[in-house]
Amino acid sequence: MTTTTTRVGRVVTDATVPARAAWSAVVRAGSLLTVTDLHGNQAADFLVYDAHDTSVRYSAPDTVQAQGGIFLTTGSVLLSGEHTPLMTVVEDTCGRHDTIGGACSKESNTLRYGHHTWSQHACVENFLAEGARHGLDQRDLVSNVNWYMNVPVEPDGTLGIVDGISAPGLKVVLRAETDVLVLLSNCPQINNPCNGFDPTALRATVSEPDGS
Amino acid sequence: MPVLPASDWPAPPDGIAGEDLVWAETVAGGNYTHNVLARGTELRLTDLTGDACAHVLLYSADRPWERLNTADTVKVLWNAYLGVGHLLLSGQGRVLASVTADTSGRHDALTGTSALARNTARYGDGSPQSASPAGRELFKLAALKNGLGPRDVPPSVSFFQGVRINRDGTTTFTGSAGPGTSVTLRAEQPLTVLIANVPHPLDPRPDYVCGPVEVLAYRARPTGPHDALWNATPEGRRAFLNTAEHLAARGIA
Repeated sequence: MTTTTTRVGRVVTDATVPARAAWSAVVRAGSLLTVTDLHGNQAADFLVYDAHDTSVRYSAPDTVQAQGGIFLTTGSVLLSGEHTPLMTVVEDTCGRHDTIGGACSKESNTLRYGHHTWSQHACVENFLAEGARHGLDQRDLVSNVNWYMNVPVEPDGTLGIVDGISAPGLKVVLRAETDVLVLLSNCPQINNPCNGFDPTALRATVSEPDGS
Repeated sequence: MPVLPASDWPAPPDGIAGEDLVWAETVAGGNYTHNVLARGTELRLTDLTGDACAHVLLYSADRPWERLNTADTVKVLWNAYLGVGHLLLSGQGRVLASVTADTSGRHDALTGTSALARNTARYGDGSPQSASPAGRELFKLAALKNGLGPRDVPPSVSFFQGVRINRDGTTTFTGSAGPGTSVTLRAEQPLTVLIANVPHPLDPRPDYVCGPVEVLAYRARPTGPHDALWNATPEGRRAFLNTAEHLAARGIA
């Protein structure tokens, strides 16, 4: 499977994000962000903010409201808490991404897996450290997108965090609808199947579409 | 409107002495309220007409960056639907409040509240002092009155209007259980509580319909190690342990 398309155009930034690492960028309106699951079954925790007013940020509830469902795929619009569009999924070769599971944190890991997991890596650490480079802090963290993660809700409300449906080379392409700041945490989670119990690298590519 | 002193409220909940009431108020549809509750206080919300929708945000009272985290609230207990025994968790691995009683069963932790732009499109206006205020606008005002700002309005939960997730991930609005249902939250640490009573964002009715919600809070006691809820699940037990450790270190409990 190829990781580029004619749509991607001129590459502005192209980074391999190692397992457990964070990455961020400002993506100009109209530009594209491609997140590629290089080795498959990896979870990419993702937050997006209006680059000019970071109090306008991704809202999982508004996004779920507007599209009438919890899974993201091609055509999904990531809305802010002001119900304004931040990014649109313009291509998705995976087909299902999570809006409700949020990020792992050292704190939530103590609840889910026991206090002995406090010492392990977690996405909130990445979001805080990477966000701080842009003036963000704890108050700016909200429920995030998990690209490639599969969290179905059973009829009784039970959540499954189950084997991903991703595979090596699958990708999601997002178009910025306004100038946005994006934060990516390449999830270090080793306690559940969302990473196949083995975190691997992602690729993050920012590009200007052809003709821009 | 509030009744002051709260002990003058004419009909305390069954088993509650009037003098234990610390907050007694009826919040009209399209309005909001807020207060700070001591640890161990119980907060009973009642949908008087069957058309209320109480959108709720919780913060650690003097550390407001520790706040309701809806993702952890559904993820840690492995369930998307709020009901008796559910713990409303902060992002710090601690319990803010527990749900101790519920006669409604129609609640939502996934689709949040309404925004100005959406209410303007649906009802013609969504500004706070209009006839159809948006929940986020009311939350912002309530946050501002507590020294917070728009950054401090994260995803909220809502009570009395239900949403269910279908197998394919789509949402179904299940609406109200009818008039007179109530839900009770127990403050497990000192809390700032914001409540916006506005129509659920998925309510399909073309008109802005929202009935009053009754808010009663009274002195009670927090969940302790010998309560069934403390040990109901391994995840919940660890959340209570984290909370107790934090409060003990601070000299609160």
